[in-house]
Amino acid sequence: MEIKLEEIFQEKIDQEIKIEPRDWMPEKYRKTLLRQISQHAHSEIVGMLPEGNWITRAPNLRRKVALLAKVQDEAGHGLYLYSAAETLGMSRDEMLEELHSGKAKYSSIFNYPTLTWADMGAIGWLVDGAAIMNQVPLCRTSYGPYARAMVRVCKEESFHQRQGYEIMLTLSKGTEAQKAMAQDALNRWWWPSIMMFGPNDDNSPNSAQSMKWKIKRFSNDELRQKFVDVTVAQTEILGLTIPDKDLKWNAERGHYDFGTINWDEFFQVVAGNGPCNKQRLKARVDAWENGAWVREAASAYAEKREAKVKNQIEAA
Amino acid sequence: MSTKEWPLWEVFIRAKQGLNHKHVGSLHAADLQMAIENARDVYTRRMEGVSIWVVESKYVHASEPSEQEALFEPANDKIYRHPTFYNLPEELNHM
Amino acid sequence: MAESKDILIDYVLHLADNSMILGQRNAEWCGHGPVLEQDIALTNITLDLIGEARSLYQYAAELKGGDSTEDSMAFLRDVMQYRNTLLLEQKNTDWAYTITRQFFYDVFHYYLQEALVNSSDERLKEIAKKTIKESTYHLKWSSEWMIRLGDGTEISHLKMQNALNDLWEYSGEFFIPSATEIEMQSQGIGADLNALSVKWKSKVEEILNEATLNIPESSFQQKGGKTGLHSEHMGYILAEMQYLQRAYPGAEW
Repeated sequence: MEIKLEEIFQEKIDQEIKIEPRDWMPEKYRKTLLRQISQHAHSEIVGMLPEGNWITRAPNLRRKVALLAKVQDEAGHGLYLYSAAETLGMSRDEMLEELHSGKAKYSSIFNYPTLTWADMGAIGWLVDGAAIMNQVPLCRTSYGPYARAMVRVCKEESFHQRQGYEIMLTLSKGTEAQKAMAQDALNRWWWPSIMMFGPNDDNSPNSAQSMKWKIKRFSNDELRQKFVDVTVAQTEILGLTIPDKDLKWNAERGHYDFGTINWDEFFQVVAGNGPCNKQRLKARVDAWENGAWVREAASAYAEKREAKVKNQIEAA
Repeated sequence: MSTKEWPLWEVFIRAKQGLNHKHVGSLHAADLQMAIENARDVYTRRMEGVSIWVVESKYVHASEPSEQEALFEPANDKIYRHPTFYNLPEELNHM
Repeated sequence: MAESKDILIDYVLHLADNSMILGQRNAEWCGHGPVLEQDIALTNITLDLIGEARSLYQYAAELKGGDSTEDSMAFLRDVMQYRNTLLLEQKNTDWAYTITRQFFYDVFHYYLQEALVNSSDERLKEIAKKTIKESTYHLKWSSEWMIRLGDGTEISHLKMQNALNDLWEYSGEFFIPSATEIEMQSQGIGADLNALSVKWKSKVEEILNEATLNIPESSFQQKGGKTGLHSEHMGYILAEMQYLQRAYPGAEW
């Protein structure tokens, strides 16, 4: 029976029929999705912190409202994604518990510090750029609620990268100090950004199954290459230099070749040893714990209200 | 301290006057007033709506996916319910 | 004549600084709220407040002329030149203080807009027409939170009563008129603060009553913000907010 169901399931996937919450699905499909969607949601929420840092220091009012709206969008995206994951049978609180205990992962990029205003530019341009590269194919992912959440996310994200690039452009046309600030941010964010696509394909054990289930549609290396290819031209317009001496056009491949990624650093950060892992997690745990009395009070008040209404109805 | 999670609500938005409310997603809220306000704050930040419905998720009843064939396929061969089933002379321009 | 323009500028800046500084404080919450939905909700309010402040700063900059801009208004004035009330620069502390501070302001802000939509100054009138829609929602939101937390659990009640007791002495400054406000009212530009005060008290009493919270007995009220005599918080707020403009004078961002 199980095998038959799995065949029907795969047939649906192959025919591009979306899987919906109450449909039968292999347990491993459910678990893989749950892990991926909740990680994605956690990344949005933790991702609010490095940029949130700079809202109170934004250099002018136009930048301030744009950054606020952007960081707020990330909260919204986290919310859409948690909602999608909840359809798979895990509550948001349970997912948060996994984040807070360190069991669940989030994108490593957010464990790097934001040191100058140019980092707001570099994050919007590179980090959001890489995220969009990952996310656009996810709008067609096989699980309906995830795909629908991603359509919403991608629609809203479209201003994020432009916001970041505009900051970089302004800095690169500015004073010497501002140009230096922009180059420094590019230097620091470049490698972590291209690490965002995850390990090389031959070192990415779950990828094949995810591709078969059409949870993923492109491999890590394909997406990374695409990102490098489009980013080079954008960097030239800025008059900045990508910190990779091996970066050069390969006419034969029709792509840019680029240097070796320092995977040791990547795995160190994943393991919790990045420059800001502890601070980021602490900020999330603090927010959650400090908010406990607020959430509890709202529940208590709602219950009181309901009881009151019930009494009134009974009395009438 | 473990607190009880706020209930989950399904959110439906009318994009503009004249259209149906359409399901857009879900959220958590302690009570229905908060659910409507949260829906406003979360799902209409870009002028997506003019009216909101919220329903606590536990009150949504759904058909069984396993009954999909029995429920929906019998409609497949009732082609006489569609206007193209009927042959009319070409000179009749509008009907 | 020049003097009367200066008074109008001073008044517009007072209105702008109020919303700006509260917005700046609220912005500190972004990413740290008690629950995702409310993080988003408070940021919406923050964006409204800063948006309103921008409209007002732009107006003040036009009145002032020269190379004034909304940003020179917000980023290049020092503590003594800021005109917000002391309440709005108080620390976030926790959700109880933040909600109480917001509620006090929302009640005032709402009734102020109600008056300013009849201002004889066309520009202020236009800005108020837009702002009143926003502040109607803000007031609803913070009133509900006052009630929910006041009448929630024992802990939340205690926290709210504490916040209320601590912030009460900053709630009256709105209604202690500065020379600017007296002049603006006499010209039909500004609001009648006495009338506003009556409405404010009645609304606050209504909500606190429903929230099972007690109005503090102390009637002493701090003042000074409207004339530039701020609390020590203000220097830190501006140091953070103006850091880039001060560190890189004249740069474009």
